[in-house]
Amino acid sequence: MTNNEVRQLILDIIHDIAPDEDLSDVKPDVRLRDQLDLDSMDFLDIVMELRKRHQIEVPEEDYMELSTLDGCVNYLSPKFAEKAGAEQRA
Amino acid sequence: MEHFDVVIVGAGMSGLAAGVRIAHFGKRVLILEKHTLWGGLNSFYKKGGHHFDVGLHAVTNWLRPGYKGPRLPLQRIYRQLRIKPDEFELEPQTRSSVVFDDARLVFANDIDALTEEVRRVFPSQVDGFVRLSERCLHYPEANEATPFVSARKMLTEYLSEPLLIEMLLCPLFFYGSAAEDDVDFEQFIILFNSIYREGFCRPRRGVKQILDVLVKRYEELGGEMRRKCAVESIEVEGGRVKALHTAKGTVTADVVLSSAGLVETQALRSDVEAPEVDKAGRLAFTETLWVLDQDPKKLGFDDCVTFFNEGPKFAWRRPDVPVDLRSGVICVPSNYDHEEPLERHLLRATHLADHRYWMALAEDREKYDAEKKVWTERSIETIGRYGAPFAEHIRYTDGFTPRTVKHFTSHVHGAVYGSPHKQKTGRTDVDNLFLMGTDQGFVGIVGAMLSGVAMANAHVLAGGA
Repeated sequence: MTNNEVRQLILDIIHDIAPDEDLSDVKPDVRLRDQLDLDSMDFLDIVMELRKRHQIEVPEEDYMELSTLDGCVNYLSPKFAEKAGAEQRA
Repeated sequence: MEHFDVVIVGAGMSGLAAGVRIAHFGKRVLILEKHTLWGGLNSFYKKGGHHFDVGLHAVTNWLRPGYKGPRLPLQRIYRQLRIKPDEFELEPQTRSSVVFDDARLVFANDIDALTEEVRRVFPSQVDGFVRLSERCLHYPEANEATPFVSARKMLTEYLSEPLLIEMLLCPLFFYGSAAEDDVDFEQFIILFNSIYREGFCRPRRGVKQILDVLVKRYEELGGEMRRKCAVESIEVEGGRVKALHTAKGTVTADVVLSSAGLVETQALRSDVEAPEVDKAGRLAFTETLWVLDQDPKKLGFDDCVTFFNEGPKFAWRRPDVPVDLRSGVICVPSNYDHEEPLERHLLRATHLADHRYWMALAEDREKYDAEKKVWTERSIETIGRYGAPFAEHIRYTDGFTPRTVKHFTSHVHGAVYGSPHKQKTGRTDVDNLFLMGTDQGFVGIVGAMLSGVAMANAHVLAGGA
């Protein structure tokens, strides 16, 4: 999965949780909660949607990694790659 | 035997909200509902060719379009249930009043306007009111257990005029206190914000609009609902729910969320011999709905909701008469700021009632009907004083007593707001059985939905199982 795809999939999740937020100009290196009206319950939902949609587990101690879009990409890309590898091997 | 991840007892607002939330995350969930229709305390029905909402006076927690600020309860519900803000079709109130004899406080969905109203009627109290209002700005964490703090006592730290305290408490009690004559200060804050800061609204097409959205979403997500399927017993063994026996067979579940109530849930359990009936609520109501031949506004009923009381002291307790006509709530749905005016002229009135009297009459249908009629006549006379006499304009009358509430909600004593002993964490002494809805601590439509969401999160979705 490319970095752009990971970024888009995070934005898709945020859009479904908070359809009233404008996501057209989300800065990748600024904390999501500083530019969007998201609180801790919304972040929990992002984690839960990742599990539901993509079977990606994010343990609680790693939640901080998802604070920016860039952080999401850096943290999630290897997980997606690992998952794709596992699926290929299966 | 059929197995579900989660079984929910009751298809009211909390049960449906919990069901949507749980089904959204892919769990197999079943809602069991005793009656034909869903909605619980906030259901709907048709009688005499008229559609009625069972209990809807107002939806609290109005969310102003374009609102920015700390997260509000309705926003929380929309996000957690993935519902778009316009789906409930909520429209705001125009105005409501609290009337104690000659004193009247008018409020709408604007806390600053209420501050001005306090200044006008109780000039010496305005500073205290502003301090109180600021103290209430932030909602407490609602599902944590905290000791009871008397709101009445707290209020005296802000206000010195007893009449103002009574008048402020009156709508809050009527719309959300299961305890007599007082309310926990945390609950006071929730009610203060829900009613005075955010305020009232109403779905254009009544409560069914909200229920339709929830049920449709629940079914789209694969949630199952069985109606006319009362839970007959909850079999508990070794501190866990082993099975639920229903009118239509036995099911098993990893987790059971019950919105039946604290005492009512105990009564269903196979391992409880004596449910704690002394913990059941005692606050019950009669309510009458009148279809009129003209707009109630033309008769002088200008408010969406009028809360009234005779005398300076408001008695929020079980009366020793069948119906306490000294106080009440009058609701006029057509006074909401609806885009299209409602074609029907409805007036509804609520009074505190003595559940003992109405339950005792249950054996004697004729006497029950006759008494209901007598008290309705008296209510008409009382309510007329807050607008104009309207007896000659009545085209249809329907109403309920505590007995009706008991029948449709199973609440002991027909107590609409359930037990005063709230179980804020939802936990019971059975590992996988949790309470939600009225007896978990939230009331009202928004409160009930939030309860369902909070309990689903805490006891089903947390931990990620």
